[in-house]
Amino acid sequence: MSNGEEMRAGQVLVAGGTVVDPVKRTQRRADVLVRAGKIAAIEPQLRSKVKGVAVIDASGQVVAPGLVDMHVHLREPGFEYKETIATGTRAAVAGGVTALACMANTRPVNDCPAVTRYILERAEAAALARVYPIGAVSVQLAGEQLAEYAGMHEAGIVAVSDDGMPVMDAELMRRALECARMFDMPVIDHAEDRTLAAGGVMHEGAVALRLGLRGIPSAAEDVMVARDVALAGLTGGHLHVAHISSAGAVEMVRQARAAGIHVTAEVSPHHLWLTHEAVEGYNTNAKMAPPLRSVEDRQALRAALADGTIDTIATDHAPHHRDEKDVEFDHAANGVVGLETLLPLTLRLVEDGLLDLPTAIAKITSEPARILRLPAGRLEVGVPADIVLIDPTYEWVVSSATLRTKSKNTAFEGWTMRGRAMVTLVDGRVVHDERASGPAAATASA
Amino acid sequence: MAMLFERRHLLGLEGLSAEEITFLLDTAESFKEVSEREIKKVPTLRGRTVVNLFYEASTRTRTSFEIAAKRLSADTVNLSANASSASKGETLTDTARNLAAMRPDAIVVRHPSAGAPHLLARHVDCPIINAGDGAHEHPTQALLDLLTIRSHKGQIAGLTVAIVGDLLHSRVGRSNLFGLRTMGARVRFVGPPTLVPPHFAELGAELVNDLHEGLRDADVIMMLRIQRERMNGRYFSSLDEYSRLYCLSVDAVARARKDVIILHPGPMNRGVEISSTVADGPYSVIMDQVTNGLAVRMATLYVLVGRRREVEVEETDTAAPLRRAAAAE
Repeated sequence: MSNGEEMRAGQVLVAGGTVVDPVKRTQRRADVLVRAGKIAAIEPQLRSKVKGVAVIDASGQVVAPGLVDMHVHLREPGFEYKETIATGTRAAVAGGVTALACMANTRPVNDCPAVTRYILERAEAAALARVYPIGAVSVQLAGEQLAEYAGMHEAGIVAVSDDGMPVMDAELMRRALECARMFDMPVIDHAEDRTLAAGGVMHEGAVALRLGLRGIPSAAEDVMVARDVALAGLTGGHLHVAHISSAGAVEMVRQARAAGIHVTAEVSPHHLWLTHEAVEGYNTNAKMAPPLRSVEDRQALRAALADGTIDTIATDHAPHHRDEKDVEFDHAANGVVGLETLLPLTLRLVEDGLLDLPTAIAKITSEPARILRLPAGRLEVGVPADIVLIDPTYEWVVSSATLRTKSKNTAFEGWTMRGRAMVTLVDGRVVHDERASGPAAATASA
Repeated sequence: MAMLFERRHLLGLEGLSAEEITFLLDTAESFKEVSEREIKKVPTLRGRTVVNLFYEASTRTRTSFEIAAKRLSADTVNLSANASSASKGETLTDTARNLAAMRPDAIVVRHPSAGAPHLLARHVDCPIINAGDGAHEHPTQALLDLLTIRSHKGQIAGLTVAIVGDLLHSRVGRSNLFGLRTMGARVRFVGPPTLVPPHFAELGAELVNDLHEGLRDADVIMMLRIQRERMNGRYFSSLDEYSRLYCLSVDAVARARKDVIILHPGPMNRGVEISSTVADGPYSVIMDQVTNGLAVRMATLYVLVGRRREVEVEETDTAAPLRRAAAAE
């Protein structure tokens, strides 16, 4: 390869950082050499060995694989006023997320290959984070007939889910698990019994009673997880429980796994950090489905994350326009944005002593990649150079005014965060540089 | 009078101190007399505008607020959900901003969604009075209940109050729970498990399913209105079934203390939650409640609107603090 070709291909050395390998669960001082968009070497003291490369100084920083968020609502097509694939992936890379899976509840619903291809084309045009579409379980999310799994799989979906519209028909869920299994895809379960949750707007408990708001009992989640665990056992399919929120559901996942049933689970940062008390004052940015639950539930979620019952942290990034939140609590839209706060809220678990750093990183890189069978979330020679440089001591205050996502519905407004994605690379290309506060190739020449 | 109520709005009784509640009750007591006069009007709120913004049907509460405002010489405007732009799809926030632009001095709001008055309070400058928000609170109703209880019993602390009915959906039940507990009363919630969920115990209520058990030695019985449309076979199989277990009969009243008083926020379903014999009987103080309602609403308007003006006037009178300082010496 000639020198000119090497320049075009781009050689970058990420030098002087602490490299975290989430698969081996190790951390060590090393430099990372990127060549032609792939990781060419991970070794200590590479700086003296390679010449003529652009150098990104990573001293004092953690170097990790780009984060993987397996639960994102990008809203395009159909709800571009909330978020677009461009603004969503912009927010993603600003938060260190280089790969994400996006939910099917767009308009039109991603229940056919044409919509899948549209999403992928838009993602390619945005050229920021990698986007992996999730197809619908059922046509129109109506819960009646299966969507086109074969066609969508060929077009690029990595899982199926009727997220937001729980599948109430047990027989349909059974068939979904059977069919998704043919394509080695998980069925992602928004586990909420709609008859028990009907009309509810927050967790059923003393806070809901005090505020006069209708509650959703934890049992709404428990009965659905129980049902779907049984169906996963019946079919041999892969059940993935999205945004698990109740202590009861966590225990059922634990037992199912002990019994050898293929069940995985994710938890959202807001369920790890907030409880139903956050609704106080009719705070619509604390309204989500499933709802924020009790302190005991939160404790169970953390314990399950630590013992591995919960595999991954996924944001359930759910942008909504201000007008959909600045209304009566009963009428407010469900969900909060999360892409830009995933990293610091995960690092906070390390500060709390719940997880060690490599495990925490694994929960937002290699683990979700394993669940969705993605070629992402690893830091190894030969893989695409999707890398995030993290300053673990960087303090910043969450402000909806400075978030990159198009919508501003964060549940963490005003929180002081520690840790931030300083530089994000996808295919070896700098797609976010916090040091310059914008996406620029701010690399120093060596 | 000392400044005992510094709040801008009356959104609920939760969080109010016993001193604040007592102050509102004392103020209401002093307004009772106005309604006894031949000319039932005082100039306290002359030139002030009170908007009644009602997103739910209400005759009694709205009329009570309107008469209260008029007896204080305020101008009143009634907006009901059908007449306002709510049916045209305007958001509550926009309605609030539009009203605010007309510079009302207070907005009395009733809304089917809990927290709607709180949302309004974030978007307008003037005092907001909650006249009932979903299943959350109905503070002036509870204040009038407290006033009624206090005037019959002398004090509230130490009393046992049994509240019977659909507590799950009742804003009257909640406001009374908060107010009564703050004032030192014991509160029993009495009703079927579907309408008296266990988490109410965490809010300080004692929960009893059996009516006769729940009324034992009660000083006060408060019957809640059963919403016929809610008895759809989900919470209870039928109105008849409900009535069989929870209708307040003479027999049931006998379980309570001899000097028990019986309240009902109205409108009553005679023969469903309360028998006519009891409703019209000697223990019933239901008509006192209506009279006290007027006094409580006058007091609320006075405290939030009228007295505020006095404070503002005083504040703009730059010499006032000097005079006060001199007087203190």
